[in-house]
Amino acid sequence: MTDMVTTRPTDVDALRYETMALGRALNAGLRQAMCDDPKVVLLGEDIGVLGGVFRVTEGLHADFGGKRVIDTPLAESGIVGSAIGLAMRGFRPVVEIQFDGFIFPGFDQITSQLAKMTNRHEGRIDMPVVIRVPYGGHIGAVEHHQESPEAYFAHTAGLRSVSPSTPHDAYWMIQEAIASRDPVMFFEPKSRYWPKGEVDLSTAGIPLHASRVVRSGTEVTLLGHGAMVSVLLQAAEIAAAEGMSVEVIDLRSISPIDYGPILESVRKTGRLVVAQEAPGSASVGSEIAATVAEKAFYSLEAPVIRVSGFDTPFPPAKLESLYLPDADRVLEAVDRALAY
Amino acid sequence: MSIATGQTPITPAVTPVQLLDAAGRLVESPAGDELMPFVEALSDADLRQFHRDMVVTRRFDDEAGHLQRQGQLALWVPSHGQEAAQVGSARALRRQDHVFPSYREHAVGIVRGIDPIDIIRLLRGTTLGGWNPADHANFHLYTLVIGSQTIHATGYALGITLDGGYATGDLTRDEAVVTYFGDGSTSQGDVSEALVFAASFQTPEVFFLQNNHWAISVPVATQSRTPLYLRGEGFGIPSTQIDGNDVLASYAVTKRDADAARSGGGPRFIEALTYRIGAHTSSDDPSKYRTDAELQSWIARDPIARFETYLRGRGADDAFFAEIETEAADVADDVRRRTLALEIPPVGLIFDHVYSEPHPRIDEQREWLHNHEASLGGLA
Repeated sequence: MTDMVTTRPTDVDALRYETMALGRALNAGLRQAMCDDPKVVLLGEDIGVLGGVFRVTEGLHADFGGKRVIDTPLAESGIVGSAIGLAMRGFRPVVEIQFDGFIFPGFDQITSQLAKMTNRHEGRIDMPVVIRVPYGGHIGAVEHHQESPEAYFAHTAGLRSVSPSTPHDAYWMIQEAIASRDPVMFFEPKSRYWPKGEVDLSTAGIPLHASRVVRSGTEVTLLGHGAMVSVLLQAAEIAAAEGMSVEVIDLRSISPIDYGPILESVRKTGRLVVAQEAPGSASVGSEIAATVAEKAFYSLEAPVIRVSGFDTPFPPAKLESLYLPDADRVLEAVDRALAY
Repeated sequence: MSIATGQTPITPAVTPVQLLDAAGRLVESPAGDELMPFVEALSDADLRQFHRDMVVTRRFDDEAGHLQRQGQLALWVPSHGQEAAQVGSARALRRQDHVFPSYREHAVGIVRGIDPIDIIRLLRGTTLGGWNPADHANFHLYTLVIGSQTIHATGYALGITLDGGYATGDLTRDEAVVTYFGDGSTSQGDVSEALVFAASFQTPEVFFLQNNHWAISVPVATQSRTPLYLRGEGFGIPSTQIDGNDVLASYAVTKRDADAARSGGGPRFIEALTYRIGAHTSSDDPSKYRTDAELQSWIARDPIARFETYLRGRGADDAFFAEIETEAADVADDVRRRTLALEIPPVGLIFDHVYSEPHPRIDEQREWLHNHEASLGGLA
C-alpha cells in the first residue's frame, strides 16, 4: 500500500497533481475510500485476483484481502441483493456490474429493493450502496457490452445516478458516491477509461451532484455526460474555428440534475443541445429538454435539441460509429439551433 | 389442451422429521434420539408459551380476516395452519439473530416482539413498512416480491462472516440469520442465487421453507419435481424435511441448525411441510382449485389441536386453555379497536424518506403539493 494517494502531500503544490487515466483514477479513489473506511467492501465478478475485466480494481485484492474485495458467484441479482444485506449490517458495499447490458438481471433488486429500502423503513436505515456500471459504446464490443441504460435508473425514485467524464472527477466522485448515505448508480464511461488527465489530489472542487461549465461560450450551450463530454468539447473546438462561440456543460449528475449552471447558461446563450449515447426517447436528454422549456422558456431562442443514439438496439460494432453521436452530429444540431 | 405438470415427485420423499404426531403423541424415531434433548431442555412454561404464541396468532389472523371482509383492510394474508412451523422455528432463535421474512410470518413477528397492529398498518395502507427491525429483535420488514428477502438475508449473513459476529464459541453472542420463504418462491431465481451465495460463502444462515403446498392456485408439483429440501442439498447445503405442523420438530431442528450455523458450520435448509388452510390472500378463492378432501386431511393434522393434546398429557388443565383463549380474544379486540382508530399518515410520508440526504427534486415536489393542497383548502 505504497500508492501515493494513500498519503496526500498537501504541503507541496507540485505534488498535489498527478496525471493518470480515468480507470486508474477510479482505482486510486476506491483505494482511498477503502483506507478511509474499513466498512467499504467491493463485490463483483472477477474483481479480485484478476482486478476486474477493465482492471479498475487491480491490486486491491492483494492489498486489502478477500474480505474487502470479494469475488462473487456470477449472478447480478445475488450481488445487488447481497449488497443490500451488507449495507443493513453496516457495510458500505461497492458493486461492480461487469458490463452495462448485464445490469438487467439485477434490475429488480436495484429498483424494487435497493431504491426503496430506506423509504420502506421510513428513514430508519440508510442504503449506502454504490453500483459501478461500465457503460457506453466506442469499444467495438459484442451485444450487451456497449449500452447506456442510465435513464432506467434516473426514472427510479430512491436512486442517485452520476457519471464522471474526467480522471479528476472519477477519483473524487467515486469517493463521494461511497460516502453517500443513499444508493448511487455510478456510470463509468468505459471508452474514457484509458485517456489520461490531471487529478488534483487535494480537492474535489465541486460537490458530487453539481454540473459544471467546462468551456465558456456565448451562442449555444452543449450539455452531456460521461464519454459524450469529450465529443462536445471536440465539437466546440471545431465550432470555434468556424467562428461560433459554444459553451459546454458536463452534467456529471444524472439524478438529481443540477439545473443551476444549465439554466444560467441557457439564459445567456438562448440555445441548448443535449447529447447522449443512449436512445433519445424517454431519456435523460428528454427530461432536461422538458425542464429547461418549463424554467427558461422566455430565454430560449430555439427549441432544445436532442442528439442521441437511435431508438434501436445498439447495433453490431462495425456500425457503431453511425449510431453514436459524434462531433458532426452535434454540430449539425448546433446549426439547427442557430437557424432559429 | 393443457401442459402436463408433474403431480408426483420423481424422488420419493424421506419420512419427514416428526417428534409429535397428529394425535399429539411423542414419536419414537432415530431423528428423535438426536433431537429430543432440545425438547427435553424446555420447561413447561416454555412449552405453554409455544401454545400461547400459536393460539394468539391464529386469533389475530382470524380477526384481521374479519376486518378485511368488513372493508377495514385492503388485503389480508392468512397464516392459519402454519403456526407450528413459525412458532417452533421462531422460538428456536436467539435474541441476537436476524430474521428476514416473506409476508405470511405473523407468528414469527409476534414471537420476535412486533406489535400486530404494525402488520395491520401495512395491509390497511398506512405504511409501506410498519416496524423498526432494530427495536423488534431484528425481525426485518415483510418483503412482497417473492424470494427477494432470501438474498438480503444472505448478504446480511455474509456481513457476519466479514466482521466476525459468529463462530466464537459463545452461543449467546454468535449470530445467525434465518430467512423464511415459501414453496412458490423456490422457482424464483433469487432463491437459487441466495442458496449459491450462502453455500459459496458458508454464511451462518438457516433457510426456512414453509411448503404450504399452494402458490396461490399453483400446486407445489408445478414448482418442483423433487421434494424441495433436495434443492438445498443440490446447492451443497445440509437439508432436513420436517413435519411443519409439529411445533416440537420445528423448534428442535431449527435450534440444531441455527446453532450449527452460528458456530461456523455453514448454512442449513429446512423444508417444513405444512398447509395454508385459508386463502392465499383475501382476494383468493381456494375452492376453485383444491379439493375439500385435501383441505380436510390437513385440518386433521392441525398444529394447535395436537399440541393442546400433548400439553394436556403434561398436566395443563382447562383453566390454562381458557386463560389462553381469553388472552387471544383480548389481543383480537385490541387489534380491532386500534385498527379502527388508525389515521391516515401525514402527507410528508410520501416524500420524507425517499432519500436519506436532501434531494432537490423531492423537496420541490413536496413544496408544490403542499402549496397545491393549501390552495384547495386541504392543508393548513
